[in-house]
Amino acid sequence: MLPEIPEGVVWSILLLPIGSFITILMVTRPYPKLSGYMTVGTIGLAFLFALWVLDSVIASDGQALPFQSHEWLTINSPVGHDLVVNLGLRVDGLTAIMLLVVTSVSLLVQVYSQGYMAGDTGYSRYFVFMSLFTTSMLGLIMVDSIVVLFVFWELVGLSSYLLIGFWFHKPAAAKAAMKAFIVTRLGDVGLLLAIILIWVKTGTFDIAEIQELAVAGLISVNVLTVFGLGMFAGAAGKSAQFPLHVWLPDAMEGPTPVSALIHAATMVVAGVYLIARMFPIYEVADDARMTIAAIGGTTALIAALLALVVVDIKRVLAYSTISQLGYMMLALGLGGYVAAIFHLLTHAFFKALLFLGSGSVNHATNTFDMRKMGGLRKVMPWTYATFLIASLSLAGVFPLAGFWSKDEILSDAWGEQQALFWVALGVVFLTAFYMFRAIFMTFEGEYQGGEEPEEEGHGGDPAHPHESPWVMIVPLAVLAVPAVLIGFANINGGVEHILAGALPAETREGLHEFQFNWAIALGSSAIAIAGIVGAYLFYGAKVLSSQAVSKAVRPLHILLERKYFLDDLYEGIFVNRLLLGGAALLAWFDTNIVDGVANGVAGTFRFGGSGLRLLQTGQVQVYGAMAFAGLLLAGGLVFLLNPL
Amino acid sequence: MLTFLVFFPVVGAILIMTLRREDERYAKVMALCVTGTLLVVSLVLFGLFDRGQEGLQFTEHFRWIREQDAGFDIQYFLGVDGLSLTMVILTTFLFTVAVLISWNVEKRPNEYFAWMLALMTGVMGVFLAQDLIFFFLFWEVELLPMYFLISIWGSGRKEYSAMKFLLFTIAGSALMLAGFLLLAFSAEPSTFDMVALRQADLSNVVLPLPAIFFLIFIGFAVKLPIFPLHTWLPDAHTDAPTAVSVILAGVLLKMGGYGILRIPISIMPDTAQDYAVWLASIAAASILYGAFMTLRQTDLKRLIAYSSVSHMGYVLLGIAALGHVGMTGATLQMFSHGVITGLLFVMVGMIYDRTHTRDINELSGLAHHMPIIATGMILAGLASLGLPAMSGFVAELMVFLGAADRFAAPTIIGVVGILLSAGYVLWMVRRVMFGPKDPRWAELPDATSWWEQIPMAAMLAVIIAVGIYPARLVDVIEQGILPLAARLL
Repeated sequence: MLPEIPEGVVWSILLLPIGSFITILMVTRPYPKLSGYMTVGTIGLAFLFALWVLDSVIASDGQALPFQSHEWLTINSPVGHDLVVNLGLRVDGLTAIMLLVVTSVSLLVQVYSQGYMAGDTGYSRYFVFMSLFTTSMLGLIMVDSIVVLFVFWELVGLSSYLLIGFWFHKPAAAKAAMKAFIVTRLGDVGLLLAIILIWVKTGTFDIAEIQELAVAGLISVNVLTVFGLGMFAGAAGKSAQFPLHVWLPDAMEGPTPVSALIHAATMVVAGVYLIARMFPIYEVADDARMTIAAIGGTTALIAALLALVVVDIKRVLAYSTISQLGYMMLALGLGGYVAAIFHLLTHAFFKALLFLGSGSVNHATNTFDMRKMGGLRKVMPWTYATFLIASLSLAGVFPLAGFWSKDEILSDAWGEQQALFWVALGVVFLTAFYMFRAIFMTFEGEYQGGEEPEEEGHGGDPAHPHESPWVMIVPLAVLAVPAVLIGFANINGGVEHILAGALPAETREGLHEFQFNWAIALGSSAIAIAGIVGAYLFYGAKVLSSQAVSKAVRPLHILLERKYFLDDLYEGIFVNRLLLGGAALLAWFDTNIVDGVANGVAGTFRFGGSGLRLLQTGQVQVYGAMAFAGLLLAGGLVFLLNPL
Repeated sequence: MLTFLVFFPVVGAILIMTLRREDERYAKVMALCVTGTLLVVSLVLFGLFDRGQEGLQFTEHFRWIREQDAGFDIQYFLGVDGLSLTMVILTTFLFTVAVLISWNVEKRPNEYFAWMLALMTGVMGVFLAQDLIFFFLFWEVELLPMYFLISIWGSGRKEYSAMKFLLFTIAGSALMLAGFLLLAFSAEPSTFDMVALRQADLSNVVLPLPAIFFLIFIGFAVKLPIFPLHTWLPDAHTDAPTAVSVILAGVLLKMGGYGILRIPISIMPDTAQDYAVWLASIAAASILYGAFMTLRQTDLKRLIAYSSVSHMGYVLLGIAALGHVGMTGATLQMFSHGVITGLLFVMVGMIYDRTHTRDINELSGLAHHMPIIATGMILAGLASLGLPAMSGFVAELMVFLGAADRFAAPTIIGVVGILLSAGYVLWMVRRVMFGPKDPRWAELPDATSWWEQIPMAAMLAVIIAVGIYPARLVDVIEQGILPLAARLL
């Protein structure tokens, strides 16, 4: 056992990536290799510290370590609340788990990036952005104040924007980056309003204090409901929940390691983290909680359906991510705080592994289109083996990691809300089906030739695909270990214990006690296996024809291919018609009415002036006549106003 | 010290005018010396400023017209409080920037830099004068240099724009002067001294107080500018030379916000309370209207000009909250917007110097050829859309927190405005900076000269420093706002 971690060391977890961000930016930018090593080195050290944090938190039973906040900005107000913003760390069981996820996946992805990004002209820039991301993500999960959390929350969004648009010469990438930022910011409007509301009502930003006030019943349930829904709007943006999920599939335009780290394992779970962090609020605000469950269930289902029809392997994984995030939200909404975070933990490893595997495939074939792959099992045995393990884990096959966490969610749903339980069970089937569809299309059958590289393509000759270099394979192999084993971490309630310790005592008592349910475990496993068999029949053995099925359900197929027409609705109607149309109307108003009036007034004076100028003839007679007329007029007025 | 701040620029201007034609290359050096000195002096002032003391410091009095001669007093009365000091630092900083980025002005440089410095005297006077008449004099002094700077060194419809700027402002200041006179002569005791007016009895004024309040308010609202009095701004910006745009957006608009806080709000607090909901509604309308208009713009300068209308709406929203947090936020927003928008104009100026177009539809892929300019522009844009860790976010958050309790709807509109700002900024960045390379811009140089890089780096440093640790500046602003907020209870 190590001694309890000092506060300074915890801060250094945050400062290490900041240091690498600044150093690369200022010093090592011209030396790409050095920039890469620096990023790996700092995040490696941060990972070791994260283990130390975990050790200390286990010793404290998951309760927050006793760190003090530091004053950052104070405005003493004669009326109303003082504005006090403090900078402090909240390190408890939840933080420790998140730290572990973020630092370990980051470390492996950064190692992998050394190979994947090799030779890219923006190699140093890539690591600048990656360091910025790591900094913001670590800040997000460690701070104790909701407004500081919001700061890091937005910075995470910024790094995501920069990394999605990393290859900014591609119009699709530039567009996807902008879409991601704006859609998530739409959710952030809700989050910011929630923060403003809670400050107006309580005068504090401190997360622990808000929780205490809420649990003690000192904030009205209505306020908490609005607060909770506002926060969920933010979370729905970041964690790609329906109807704000549309940015995540497009975000796949970024480099694949970015997709693995940011758009699968870490950033997109920030929303889940936020809801979990504020879980005591939702225990009080039931309506907000049930909304989250309903939206989570919807998201899980609709995204899994979309994953059935896409042919781009990264988009299959993207929809899978959305679906699994919906799963986590569903769990949170049904009170399964532990189950959600446990699933977050297992998902991070196997989903990062899947993405890195798809990157490895892309390295060999130069395409993400599964129709141009096939037969890669023989030439890429390591990639195949690890991809298969991760898929089995995601499908929830016993005894891999995904099985355990999925099982907990299903058990919670069974006890709480039957309808959502059946939705969740349906998603289990779909998940197994689409993952093995991807495996059969990519790794089995005949090789379809890949795609010719463009100027800045990665990897070698797509005509002769080959296994990726060891710097990419080692992270795959290492990730496969937790993808298999991490599920056992909670087999005797270890994860549950430290996660529950992060909650106030009152909330902790209300948590579900996890009961292993044989019927659910066996039933869901059977369904997962049915999904795998189904995929085999369609895409492996090809005894059934997927074309025939899609023809049979043509309208549904179109609906899925067009992504439920959501992009058309958002871009075509909301943005182009309503927003830009409205703006065009206003622009007309501005030029013709607002400015028109101003110019009109000026014109009147000019016209009046030129009229009056005619009077200035310079002839004394005219002036005399006018003076006389004026005198008469004045006399008349005086007479009228003061009759004698 | 304050007198030096006000009149040293005009001394510099006169010296520059005495330069012979063949020495005109020294004009910019002299101008830089003057603004640089003033920047240092204002920073010294910032250091010497007593953060524990409310109200005016470093005051200077001189009776100009005495009561026994004319029946009323007009004093030369300068003083600085937290509010003034913030604006003074903004002014000296941005004028230094403006001189630097004018380094390549070839056309009649003597006059150009002389007018620039004359303009500075006017602005400084407005921020330091504590007497209504002197305030008004300095307010008018600013007009003429600005008119010439736009109409001689501008581009496009420069005479039209310069005249429009002049007429809008004069119309506003006519109302303002009427308001000043009504206020000063009917107060008991009758005085032009702003400090004394705050204690004066205003119960016997000839017009209803709200009428006087709005006479003065409109004068400032034109400058801010507030919808629907804003249409001079896009024209003036589009046709002004880069440095003048920087000053216009960065400093001159702030005279409006500063004036509202300094005169109508602090002298007539009760009237302000009665009409606060009107001010908040106008602010919300400006925020939304400005943002929507910005979405339609395809000229980079017009885009920034309309975004200023939206951003200055936040200033008015913070003021309308009439609370400590809101008004401090409004002041910080003025400072922050000054630097951020200044930087945006600097960057657009650099792009225009090279490509000779400001049309967003023409530009594409500049990030390939001009990484430094692209970085500056993107960071300035991010600051403008209120990204945390930059100054705009802190200011806007304070405005929202200050206003939310009293004006829920305008606050929600304000937060939505931030979403729209993300829309127009990122759209602009995507069109101008990203996308495929354009061979037309392939040979153009990046921002490599020192007089381009130094202002850029300095402005970014200020934006990020205030964003990461605003307390240093907020402490000072607070001392100016506290007495004001106390009177509004």
